[in-house]
Amino acid sequence: MIDNIEKEKERWEKETLLPYLSTAPERQNEFTTVSGRKIARLYTPLDLGNFDYMKELGFPGEYPFTRGIHPTLYRGKLWTMRQFSGFGTPEDTNKRYKYLLSQGQTGLSVAFDLPTLMGIDGDHPLAKGEIGKCGVAVYTLRDMEILFDGIPLDKISTSMTINAPAAVLWAMYIAVAEKQGVPKKVLRGTIQNDILKEYIAQKEYVFPPNPSMKLVIDTFEYGSKEVPLWNTISISGYHIREAGATAVQELAFTLRDGIEYVEWAIKRGLDVDEFAPRLSFFFNSHNDFFEEIAKFRAARRMWAKIMRDRFKAKNPRSWWLRFHTQTSGVSLMAQQPYNNIVRVAIQALAAVLGGTQSLHTNSMDETYALPSEQAVTIALRTQQILAYESGVANTVDPLGGSYFVESLTNSIEEEAWEYIRKIDEMGGMVKAIELGYPQREIQESSYWYQKAVERKEKIIVGVNEFVMEEKERIPILYIDESVAEKQLQRLREVKKERNTSRVKETLSNLKKAVSDNENLMPYILDCVKAYCTLGEIMDTLREMWGTYQEPVQF
Amino acid sequence: MSKRKIRVLIAKPGLDGHDRGAKVVARALRDAGFEVIYTGLRQTPEQIVNTALQEDVDVIGLSILSGAHNALVPRIMELLKEKGMDDVLVLVGGIIPDVDIPFLKSVGVSEIFLPGTSTEEIVRFINERVKK
Repeated sequence: MIDNIEKEKERWEKETLLPYLSTAPERQNEFTTVSGRKIARLYTPLDLGNFDYMKELGFPGEYPFTRGIHPTLYRGKLWTMRQFSGFGTPEDTNKRYKYLLSQGQTGLSVAFDLPTLMGIDGDHPLAKGEIGKCGVAVYTLRDMEILFDGIPLDKISTSMTINAPAAVLWAMYIAVAEKQGVPKKVLRGTIQNDILKEYIAQKEYVFPPNPSMKLVIDTFEYGSKEVPLWNTISISGYHIREAGATAVQELAFTLRDGIEYVEWAIKRGLDVDEFAPRLSFFFNSHNDFFEEIAKFRAARRMWAKIMRDRFKAKNPRSWWLRFHTQTSGVSLMAQQPYNNIVRVAIQALAAVLGGTQSLHTNSMDETYALPSEQAVTIALRTQQILAYESGVANTVDPLGGSYFVESLTNSIEEEAWEYIRKIDEMGGMVKAIELGYPQREIQESSYWYQKAVERKEKIIVGVNEFVMEEKERIPILYIDESVAEKQLQRLREVKKERNTSRVKETLSNLKKAVSDNENLMPYILDCVKAYCTLGEIMDTLREMWGTYQEPVQF
Repeated sequence: MSKRKIRVLIAKPGLDGHDRGAKVVARALRDAGFEVIYTGLRQTPEQIVNTALQEDVDVIGLSILSGAHNALVPRIMELLKEKGMDDVLVLVGGIIPDVDIPFLKSVGVSEIFLPGTSTEEIVRFINERVKK
């Protein structure tokens, strides 16, 4: 059959294509994806070579999971609609959570402000101007109590985007649950806790890589014993992509980060099948529709191979790549912001066709500020329209078998393995980061893209083409300085009311546990329950471990 | 006497680590023939002004995306004035709400480059405005 198609394709080119091109030439010499990948005019079975359905795709819910990790995918349960949200005081954000839940959102996702993300309190000099701006300010257990006030933690799953101080914020969440009478065993949710991508891309690191990794593995160990339904990490390509990586770089660096965590956990003496089912992933969904779908499918197939063949995991759940997706922040434009609604819809569709487990759709106003209530409602409605009106959730992996998508899936996988091999040769991801390798690769890609836009090789509607004079801006959420005053006031109150000797005692126990190289989670939990502040706990660790400064390169 | 290259300091004040924009601009300015110094992340206003002084720069480009501009930029301008560096051209790039732009200009920022700005535009602006 293949021989015949090859012959027929040659004939088609001669008899049909060439005469057509002579009168109607193509618009460009070359068609490329947003990542610069060349795309052919047409895909046929020839592009798939000796394609073996059972080997490459198989059935959903079975190895290698290319078509999905669940046999029925969205026919059983729709993806979780999880809007990342947090701003101002814990009271402000608590109100927004209750609103989102009342509008049909099915999971919570906490965005913290920059002082929280960097593990300092609001009264630190570097926190000036940053309190409550990029997310909600949580400096003590009191803030966390207010944040989840009236939200039953046994009924809801919560994702927390927190990295360097992830162990501390997770401990606060566990402590709030305890106060609500909800035991750790039933808590569901995720902490991002992916420190490697911070060195690579987002740069919200605090400690050097080695102690940071120790802390991550502490959470794996503690979680698998004490909080068994919790995802103790969300291995994230999102930020790598936002920093300018191509689709392949996003995929490869993320999976190689995953490999690094698994290696460290095994070195700790953990059994791979005990913690691997709690690993989760987080990818970006960018503008290039088919490239993104292929990336998600390749990711599932690659991780299954990694877990089964490289790490010899026995439990099929260890082979699953479960992932959250967020539509691409950098693809949103400040110019003609209503266009962003359309961009988000296309990106969200790619994530759904790629089989995501949960989804955040960006709001149209996010190039200006954190989203307004109106903008976030449209973003949520976009997901609901996809889920309930478009019909895309009716069947599993609808694009499976497309010559184009399968061929893209194969080549993305191949190129990603190449990167993984290279990083293996460097001695792993921590080594590669110290060499500045992934950082440099991403910088090259982001500079290439900027230049391509400026040369108009890449068109951005409303920015370098179809530009118009805009008089009115859309309404945006504005966080003023009264938030900082309120938060600082509360911080002072908590410090005054708490039992100081208990604070000193728990912090000094933590310090000793660091010296003794113990699992720090129980000690951190004691600290937060004693209302030690985030900054105090992190300072104790800073004192022991030092902080990280990256080598400057551009 | 050979003409001195225009010297630019690209700085990231505040806690934010998103440095894609800062690095793209730094590299584009270097490719355009300027002498570029990049501070790295999480610099205080004091550190930025000290580096600007030591490096004797003509231009400071501040990249801020976190919303902390109203606290950080005036402090930097104040310190520049104290050190007698009022002639340094200060540019801000990033996520700046429209309502804050008049304030930033009133404290002495020469221009604010918002998302979608091309690097060529920034190069052109610097070439026009730096006194040679």
